[in-house]
Amino acid sequence: MGTTQSGILGGRLPLADYETNFSDLHPALDRHEALVASDRCYFCHDAPCMTACPTSIDIPLFIRQISTGNPIGSAKTIFDQNILGGMCARVCPTETLCEQACVRNTAEERPVEIGRLQRYATDIAMKENKQFYTRAASSGRRVAVVGAGPAGLACAHRLAVKGHEVVIYDAREKSGGLNEYGIAAYKSVDDFAQSEVDYVLSIGGIEVRNGQALGRDFSLSDLAEQYDAVFLGLGLAGVNALRIEGENAEGVDDAVDFISALRQSKTKADIAVGRRVVVLGGGMTAIDAAVQAKLLGAEEVTICYRRGKEHMNASEFEQDLAASKGVTIRHWLQPKRIALKDDKVAGIELEYTTLVDGKLTTTGETGIIAADQIFKAIGQTFEASGLGSLAFEGGRIVIDAEGKTSLPNVWAGGDCVVGGEDLTVSAVANGRDAAEAINRAFAAAMPRASAVA
Amino acid sequence: MADLRNNFVGIKSPNPFWLASAPPTDKAYNVERAFKAGWGGVVWKTLGEEGPPVVNVNGPRYGAIWGADRRLLGLNNIELITDRDLYVNLREMKQVKMNWPDRALIASIMVPCEEEAWKAILPLVEETNADGIELNFGCPHGMSERGMGAAVGQVPEYIEMVVRWCKQYTRMPVITKLTPNITDVRKPARAAKAGGTDAVSLINTINSIVSVDLDNFAPNPTVGGKGTHGGYCGPAVKPIALNMVAEIARDPETYGLPISGIGGVTTWRDAAEFLVLGAGNVQVCTAAMTYGFKIVQEMISGLSDWMDAKGHRNLDDITGRAVPNVTDWQYLNLNYIAKAKIDQDSCIKCGRCHIACEDTSHQAITQFVNGVRHFEVMEDECVGCNLCVNVCPVENCITMEELPAGVMDQRTGKPVDPNYANWTTHPNNPMARQAAE
Repeated sequence: MGTTQSGILGGRLPLADYETNFSDLHPALDRHEALVASDRCYFCHDAPCMTACPTSIDIPLFIRQISTGNPIGSAKTIFDQNILGGMCARVCPTETLCEQACVRNTAEERPVEIGRLQRYATDIAMKENKQFYTRAASSGRRVAVVGAGPAGLACAHRLAVKGHEVVIYDAREKSGGLNEYGIAAYKSVDDFAQSEVDYVLSIGGIEVRNGQALGRDFSLSDLAEQYDAVFLGLGLAGVNALRIEGENAEGVDDAVDFISALRQSKTKADIAVGRRVVVLGGGMTAIDAAVQAKLLGAEEVTICYRRGKEHMNASEFEQDLAASKGVTIRHWLQPKRIALKDDKVAGIELEYTTLVDGKLTTTGETGIIAADQIFKAIGQTFEASGLGSLAFEGGRIVIDAEGKTSLPNVWAGGDCVVGGEDLTVSAVANGRDAAEAINRAFAAAMPRASAVA
Repeated sequence: MADLRNNFVGIKSPNPFWLASAPPTDKAYNVERAFKAGWGGVVWKTLGEEGPPVVNVNGPRYGAIWGADRRLLGLNNIELITDRDLYVNLREMKQVKMNWPDRALIASIMVPCEEEAWKAILPLVEETNADGIELNFGCPHGMSERGMGAAVGQVPEYIEMVVRWCKQYTRMPVITKLTPNITDVRKPARAAKAGGTDAVSLINTINSIVSVDLDNFAPNPTVGGKGTHGGYCGPAVKPIALNMVAEIARDPETYGLPISGIGGVTTWRDAAEFLVLGAGNVQVCTAAMTYGFKIVQEMISGLSDWMDAKGHRNLDDITGRAVPNVTDWQYLNLNYIAKAKIDQDSCIKCGRCHIACEDTSHQAITQFVNGVRHFEVMEDECVGCNLCVNVCPVENCITMEELPAGVMDQRTGKPVDPNYANWTTHPNNPMARQAAE
């Protein structure tokens, strides 16, 4: 028996409901389903899906390999471009990437299920622990990678394949970055993120040092001295502040912390959630927090976003998912003040907004939504120290087309760089490409006869 | 990684996937693209004799049949041999072979059934450094009406004669391409062998009318209101081709004669099936014409991954492995007994197995049990025909289970005999009784 009591509590639902609510969002395809789904692929030439994929996976080929009964070959086609293809199959917003580009949309508004097919093939290969890559002869080069998230792991793997020694530093206890701490629990069940980290690291030649934070335990200049090259694959540790009255009250929380706590908890019933919850923001983080608050048994969950539906960063699919779970999404509302009662959150006062000459302005009208918990999901910021004289622009690291920063022998990619897209798959592409660039730089620095690039 | 390198009658290629002589191999432009995509070899589109080249129709040359979702299942074509000048083709072949020395380049040839014609063209082809020649005795339309192609391939004596000329006038390996438009494919294969051929390739396309335009009462493809029979190819013809390959592979008279397998190869699995039935390599056309040259990547990876998974190291490990298991009906074990079994957990209750068995076979599957729709095999009626397995929409829902020796066969009331016994010794066989006397 659960409870509808007000306040912020765990155990709002009967125990059995948690398992149902947090089961796989898209269950895995079985063999027959995969064959039927793969049969719909036209094997397009110069395929639009492939162009839409930030890691340029040869989608028509991997789907054809599934259809001809060769899921292992299919997995290799995927991993050749994206060693984190298993997680990307689960978390990619395929509806705005490959599946949006699928030519089937034109004729029948139903794309080939590329994401689920990718999961089908990669699951089979990973379950068999099928290793496709071996390390090249040792180059004697050592590379430091900062951040064991998608960018760092992809970079480290490709460097290891090329025969370089890699040491990954990560501030957190576990590797995986946002894959481990920042994705809704129902998108990565059965501890998949850690299994994937193990799978990636099994190439060998990669040492991971967890609990090592840049700026606290070491600095970029330390690494530059000790290693032949450095790759910065840092995440966004900071959270934007609301800068309104009552922000520090009990019951106002960061959505990223809530999402992370959910991922790390073995028993979801332990996670406390309000009876009435308001989530501020319009991106994936807002949706992940709101949906999971609802799944934990919150009676009323409202997302408030200060612009219109068309401006939301969360995809249409994610918005629909939230709606289907009973989350209300309200637009054109900007937080004005947190209303308190006995020093605890009692609600939030919001002000209506509108666009005037393309500029967001408040209309002066306000309203209050009752709430006992408020989640902030209004964006994250790059907050790193220990980076010395590295060049920044708008708070992110400046890189060139090769992923190289302003400092010699230092590359960067993922969310921490200018133009970072806040997507796992883009981070993977950045990391992989930086590894290739580092490898080329090593080769160029070597005597001609022994260059291996 | 399995070793896919192919050595076919001394012709080496990095993999066993060749493009068949057909529209995709008509020009250097196409062939270069094919080699870039990874094809191991090509058989250049058939060359005709010197002089004004043949002409093709300028309306539709292809017709097709499709699955419900427009998957191309069978293709029919009425295109003839190359309609480009002989010397243009020869020049391009020489250049391509020079650019791609590690790939196989075979010249397909079709000239009139006269010694002088063959004697004239062979040195010209040899001069291109092609790795071998393929004799087009298969083309079923247009050319056959002029006494070439299938018109030769249907007369074993002509085959033997032409092959002999070719062996006499060229040092290049000779591959004889056979037509399926014949009653017994072993006869032309034996003739080719008698003439000294190094190998046979088969099948060429099958005479067909692919469909009829019911508004205009004319076969498709319709050229100005009329249509003609064409050559059928693509996935639909594979079973016919597999049988013909196997027939030649297991014929004592042609046993060991190298075979290049052709006919509907679309995936690695199709290729593997041809190889184990005795083909030394395969030739592909329709799959490339449907999906582009890149399709070979799937064939290469799939064959290699399958060989790795099964521990086969190279093509010699698999070529012909199924040939000993192809036999005549009369040698099948009549004491082998299997019964259908329906897995109730995966049954979706469509009733197709029941009605197939009830209407058209042995009334061995229930429709109701205790008044409830329930499909179950009645072992005392089941002859083990496998029809229910084939019509069931759920893979592995119905399986054929072998009855072990000694177990009672409820249909016959006799225990399963552990001994092998076939029709040749069966008491009902009048020939067998005769032999016993």
